[in-house]
Amino acid sequence: MTTVSLTVNGRAVTAAIDPRTLLVQFLRENLRLTGTHVGCDTSQCGACVVHLDGKAVKSCTTLAVAVDGSSVTTIEGLASGDALHPMQEAFREHHGLQCGFCTPGMIMSAVDMVNRRGHHLDEKTIREDLDGNICRCTGYHNIVKAIAAGAEAMGRAGAPLRQAAE
Amino acid sequence: MSATGIGAAVRRKEDHRFITGQGRYTDDINRPGQVHAYFLRSPHAHAIIKAIDTEAAAGMPGVIGIFTGADLAADKIGGLICGWMIHNKDGTPMRAGPHPALAQGKVRYVGDHVAVVVAETLAEAKDAAEAIAVDYEELPAVVDTGTAAGAKTVIHDEAPDNTVFNWHLGDREAVEKAFRAASHVTKLDLVNNRLVPNAMEPRAAVGDYDAGEGVFTLYTTSQNPHVARLVLSAFIGIAPENKLRVIAPDVGGGFGSKIFIYAEETVCVWAAKKVGRPVKWTADRTEAFLSDAHGRDHVTHAELATDAEGRILGMRVKTTANLGAYLSTFSSSVPTYLYAPLLSGQYDIPAIYCEVDAVYTNTAPVDAYRGAGRPEATFVVERLIEVTARQLGKDPARFRMQNYIRRFPHQTPVIMMYDTGNYGASLKKALEMIDYKGLGKRKRDSARAGKLRGIGFSSYIEACGIAPSAAVGSLGAGVGLWESAEVRVNPIGTVEVLTGSHSHGQGHETTFAQLVSDRLGISIDNVSIIHGDTDKVQMGMGTYGSRSGAVGMSAIFKALDKVIAKGKKVAAHVLEADEADIDFADGHFAVKGTDRKLDFGSCALQAYVAHKFNGQELEPGLKEGAFYDPTNFTFPAGVHICEVEIDPQTGVTRIERWAAVDDFGNVINPMIVEGQVHGGIAQGVGQALLEGARYNADGQLVTASFMDYTMPRADDLPSFDVGMTVTPCPSNPLGIKGCGEAGAIASPPAVINAITDALGHEEIAMPATPQAVWRAARKSMNRMAAE
Amino acid sequence: MYAFTYHKPTSARQAATLLAKKEDAKLLAGGHTLLPTMKQRLAAPSALVDLGACADLKGIAVKGRNVVIGAMTTHAEVAASPEVQAAIPALAYLAGHIGDPHVRHRGTIGGSVANNDPAADYPAALLALGATVVTNKRKLSAEEFFTGLYETALDEGEIVTRVSFPVVSRAGYAKFRNPASRYAMVGVFVAKRGGEVRVAVTGAGEGGVFRWPEAEAALKARFAVKSLDGLKHTADGINGDIHADPEYRAHLIGVMAKQAVAQATGK
Repeated sequence: MTTVSLTVNGRAVTAAIDPRTLLVQFLRENLRLTGTHVGCDTSQCGACVVHLDGKAVKSCTTLAVAVDGSSVTTIEGLASGDALHPMQEAFREHHGLQCGFCTPGMIMSAVDMVNRRGHHLDEKTIREDLDGNICRCTGYHNIVKAIAAGAEAMGRAGAPLRQAAE
Repeated sequence: MSATGIGAAVRRKEDHRFITGQGRYTDDINRPGQVHAYFLRSPHAHAIIKAIDTEAAAGMPGVIGIFTGADLAADKIGGLICGWMIHNKDGTPMRAGPHPALAQGKVRYVGDHVAVVVAETLAEAKDAAEAIAVDYEELPAVVDTGTAAGAKTVIHDEAPDNTVFNWHLGDREAVEKAFRAASHVTKLDLVNNRLVPNAMEPRAAVGDYDAGEGVFTLYTTSQNPHVARLVLSAFIGIAPENKLRVIAPDVGGGFGSKIFIYAEETVCVWAAKKVGRPVKWTADRTEAFLSDAHGRDHVTHAELATDAEGRILGMRVKTTANLGAYLSTFSSSVPTYLYAPLLSGQYDIPAIYCEVDAVYTNTAPVDAYRGAGRPEATFVVERLIEVTARQLGKDPARFRMQNYIRRFPHQTPVIMMYDTGNYGASLKKALEMIDYKGLGKRKRDSARAGKLRGIGFSSYIEACGIAPSAAVGSLGAGVGLWESAEVRVNPIGTVEVLTGSHSHGQGHETTFAQLVSDRLGISIDNVSIIHGDTDKVQMGMGTYGSRSGAVGMSAIFKALDKVIAKGKKVAAHVLEADEADIDFADGHFAVKGTDRKLDFGSCALQAYVAHKFNGQELEPGLKEGAFYDPTNFTFPAGVHICEVEIDPQTGVTRIERWAAVDDFGNVINPMIVEGQVHGGIAQGVGQALLEGARYNADGQLVTASFMDYTMPRADDLPSFDVGMTVTPCPSNPLGIKGCGEAGAIASPPAVINAITDALGHEEIAMPATPQAVWRAARKSMNRMAAE
Repeated sequence: MYAFTYHKPTSARQAATLLAKKEDAKLLAGGHTLLPTMKQRLAAPSALVDLGACADLKGIAVKGRNVVIGAMTTHAEVAASPEVQAAIPALAYLAGHIGDPHVRHRGTIGGSVANNDPAADYPAALLALGATVVTNKRKLSAEEFFTGLYETALDEGEIVTRVSFPVVSRAGYAKFRNPASRYAMVGVFVAKRGGEVRVAVTGAGEGGVFRWPEAEAALKARFAVKSLDGLKHTADGINGDIHADPEYRAHLIGVMAKQAVAQATGK
């Protein structure tokens, strides 16, 4: 067992874990934050995307112990109290989800996309940048619309862009 | 139309929990004392199990129990069933082998269930599974659909030539006659490629047993928890229905694959009692690839006969359908009654004859996948129509228009009685949306850039709203296909609707509430939709076949009628008027010709306090139930047009335009309906361009992860132009036809017709991958050079 | 995943010591190849030595006519680096098209080159640019370093510390992605450095990344897309799978080479 300390959604957590615990397992099983999902075994589907120190990563391909000391934001930590994040609101408004399973990963990826690429995103950019997220329900049509609208809304809400990492 | 009533694009009520990470899927459920199941699966496609030695594994850390087929048999747990009896041409019943939940002496596909290990942790269960020694005697594998029937190797002794049934539909003699009179016959050989459903949420189950009450509870990823309970009780023998509760909580997509009753959930719920602890299993993606029921997998020869004027005279179709290693729950119905009755498409075809041979192979079971039989039929019809138009030198749009059915009702030669439609209207609208007139210029522009542009049509029809119980009973179904609803009005006028439909992405919590809000004139916020729990909802048939609107909502409609009728009786007492003088509109019961009225909430309160009427003459309370059995199938239909551009250098096909015009009858929520169309098209485009499950000759699944099986991603697809026409369905009170499968049914032939138009020849199969298109385009170039 | 012990050294030297001490130890960089393999129980290291805290393995610096990238620098960092964008824009482009955005936030150049996946992007850049792989023990040219499928010249206990890329006058990268996995099915990196032209191909070779001498000769005569007209790569020695047989892959090498030259020449 190894001790790991993280800040998850602004809350400090410390736990003794088996080193083979993946970040997604730590979130789902230790912290019972079940909004982060597992949809594949090969780092393809993006249902498990969370923000690690502000950047989108696949929590199914990250050891919890390896990110000791980091800050993690999951879908549960995106809204401020009762006020939804503009990207969450955009997914609802534009019907960017059906079964909801890929949705947390999609929303976390979308926020990261805005952080990297700014508030004005055209369809081509959004589609290309979504290649790490798979949805089986929506055909992506409304997800693309939701992300474009959510990006603009984040701009209007004055959500600060993280310094572009790429 | 109110802002939340029928026809309004109401934002979904269920979304809040999903966008905030508070959905509750099966794998999110953890029961106190829970342990984990891991299934040891066959690495061989076909083998005799000579011995299973679990002794070493049983002693490993954390192991609580290891069970095999022998343990299930000892507890008299029955095998998995196929619920639809098909008869051969000679009237004899189909030949089906048994389908044990854990193998009994033989494994028949890679991924077949050999044993289950139950351990404290999943890692411990996996460790122990590796220590189980299985002595296999390998047998040759039968993999290929087209040659399975002639194979020397027999998969089930019950089906000596690997053939489950030889079935047919239609009038063979009439068709022979039509072909003799034909001036032109089009012949096509088609393969409908095998697909893996890949709902993003993998299947999962948590079995729990309450020893004090003797009650089992199964949480599972099901589209139809009541059918699961029925099968687990009546056929598999887990427990009587009153001692078995099945809960299907939030379910992350189904597309058919979560209709069926599988080995894993059966074993989990049974094992919960064996080990005295709750037992959890969640598939990883590779397990999903190996063991979820696959879809499609047909090999077909089809012919279409036309006269000198281009009128269709007849169609004959011979299909071999691969059903995999075992018959899954509804597998036998898919290539038969969900397939051949749709072969008339939107066309007036006087004579049709279809033969279907269903075969066993050493591959995963094949069953309903979005569209189920109807995409296969539409692919046959629309490829035949397109190629015939080309061979006759006719414009494909005009050729379709010429042969459309115009008068309704229309009896096809293959069972179906189409009730209503206006196919020409959909085609005209779609042609405008795609700018058909501008196609020539666009083709020239593409050619100048070294690209090949093509357009493809698909005029599809489907039979939804399944289905009239007596009709399906006569065709071999083991169940009735009605739906149930219960409307519970609370004393302050809020409403709970209990429905036998199940929502796994379709948005029932919104659309069903819209219906209630509209009919009762109450706020949509005061309506809750409850589904997916056999302890709450008495009985239901679940969600598949685009039936929840046409059948499920019709049941709610019927129950609401009863609520309003009862409300009128209560209101009559309260308002001191004659019941016949009470009208109900806009949420108020009013006495005709007066200003005396009672709002719905007050009426509900009066029904419960029962102060204003005699409780012996009029029962207190306001709660009504209904079962709705449809009188006919519904027939959604429409036209999808796809325009592609091919880069002959790489073989990459880009979809440049997509126009879809669908007639779903009346629409409850256009936003949700359009979303269903988008998703359906994406799955159909996936089938046409990207997806294909491939087994090698040894029966190993080569495409067992997202590394090898191409899932449609955002940059594989365009945005879609979606329009509608409306002819209300006459057979249900809401005029709904259903919209869930249309996109997946319509789209594959539209894509392939567009690609073949661009290529100038018909030699391309699904999936039309870059490699396949590159090769086909080279053929086009060579031919052009030769001309 | 099988159990392992976890170690997190803070320098390459410490990492090397740990690696030498633990039998069956493996280095963990971004983990995007190793962890999926371990999850499927196809790899069972007894110990993982995580390089994530080795500050001396991170960073990008321009040293004379070379761009030097620390082994633990992520793909996203390389893609976004103004130094790389200015010196070798094709390298930044390549890094920005590895995997997907989430993968690029974790995956590292050191992990990629040490793994030498035949469908990885970086090996093509290293070979075409004539890069030098620096380890804790020595310096190796890319040609010496990549020795075969998933095989490199790395000895036991040897750690890639940085990669040094000479700045070239022109370079371009084009890849055709595997439709399913999105890895490079064929990737071609072209680079012109003085009078020398190198064309390196990844994703296609039975033995991993390789150079295409005929294309190099044609481009050396004139560095233009037209120079590749009519040039075909042989299908001998080329990979085949369900997505692309050797003939199609070989054809794509020619198409991608032209696209890479077009990028390099701004045409």
